[in-house]
Amino acid sequence: MGLSAFKRALWVFHVATGSCNGCDIEIVAALTPRYDVERFGIRLVGTPRHADVLLVTGPVTRMMAERLKRIYEQTPDPKAVVVVGGCGSTSGVFYESYNVVGPVDRIIPVDVYVPGCPPRPEAIIDGVVKAVAKLEKLGAKV
Amino acid sequence: MSGWLVVGQAALVLLGGGIVGLFYRGVDRKIAARMQARIGPPLRQPFLDLGKLLVKETVIPKTAVAWLFSAMPFLAVIASFTALLYLPWGPFGPVLEGHGDAILVLYLLAVPALAMALGGFASGSPLGVVGAQRELVMLVSYEFPLAVVLVALAWRLSTLGLGPAFSLGVLAQNPLWGAVGPLGILGLAILLVSLLVVTPAELAKIPFDIPEAETEIAGGLFVEYSGTYLALFYLADAVRTVVMAGLVVALFVPYGIAGPLGLRGAAAQVVDLLFWLLKVFFVMVLAVTTVRVGMARLKVDQIARGFWWRITALALGGLLLLVLDKVVMA
Repeated sequence: MGLSAFKRALWVFHVATGSCNGCDIEIVAALTPRYDVERFGIRLVGTPRHADVLLVTGPVTRMMAERLKRIYEQTPDPKAVVVVGGCGSTSGVFYESYNVVGPVDRIIPVDVYVPGCPPRPEAIIDGVVKAVAKLEKLGAKV
Repeated sequence: MSGWLVVGQAALVLLGGGIVGLFYRGVDRKIAARMQARIGPPLRQPFLDLGKLLVKETVIPKTAVAWLFSAMPFLAVIASFTALLYLPWGPFGPVLEGHGDAILVLYLLAVPALAMALGGFASGSPLGVVGAQRELVMLVSYEFPLAVVLVALAWRLSTLGLGPAFSLGVLAQNPLWGAVGPLGILGLAILLVSLLVVTPAELAKIPFDIPEAETEIAGGLFVEYSGTYLALFYLADAVRTVVMAGLVVALFVPYGIAGPLGLRGAAAQVVDLLFWLLKVFFVMVLAVTTVRVGMARLKVDQIARGFWWRITALALGGLLLLVLDKVVMA
């Protein structure tokens, strides 16, 4: 079977680390009939244990940093992290705020950045698909 | 019948049941997507999902009761696949006919639910425990109407004196619709409706998916399950769908079309088997797919009250009509 299995069956878990809800709504938009990511086998799951890809939004607040680390460790290998939105990629307008310890790549290893405020659903789907390439590289090593 | 023949048939039924179950899950997802004006995943999506889950890491949490946590997925798969062997497959009787009857199938359908509940309790996660409690509440809610339906049919069959009344093979060979009067037909229709309501509950599908409830308790029972163990539960769920739909077909619509079409021999068996698969498919679409697209999740108290009062009353009403029909006809 190999890791090419991930190509058509990616399960995604959504972590919001202090985001304004803009990116989160765009993620939900990707599930609607207009974009319908389920046709690529992408599914939003309710627990990190079922996930292959973590979709992280938000600039990572002080309280969320520990939780984000834990969620990352709870996700079974092989896994990939996709950061959605400008806040997650660079901390955006919250850069150097007293209560922000991000961006995300300061807390956990990140594979794909999807910039935008918020990014369009097409961009999010593209980011998730790029994460597959990383998963397959991991598979080659095994 | 020689031992090897039974083993061969059993292997064929188990393999076929697994493939049919996964394929039907794919069709179910496709139809649900089309109902929501989406394109939906390809029909082989469940096979892809399963293949992916098998290459993932399988985590056993530190707080879990490890042996119970790892044993339950296997128990669920074994029980649901075993139920396939007691199910009549269209023109073919159950592989293990005479070794177990409809009551055993009921228990084999309850075992995966219990296994999932135990797995949830053993997972060491509060969300898993909540899901497991909900699963048990649901189990005690829908088992009674389910048992009433089965007992009603078996009782009526026993009054006809056609052999062991609880045997699914005998039940499937003697549809009751022709054997009862108008009151009895009304009673049978009511029993069929209550069984169709029980079906999505038995399979824990929307609106009865409270034990999983992804958006609310993060996957509930399955919250800590990953990789191979999750794949086993996935497979068990797909096979249970076939078993439950097959049970509905065996009890209420066991008719074949080969006879009326004037076919004989092998051709008749093939046509009847295909027709049986079609019937199972229709039961699944009717009781699972359309319902899960059209409804939202119910609350646990609504489900318990609904089953205990309404559906039980409905099933008992059907039983009463069957009895009245028998008394009037006698």
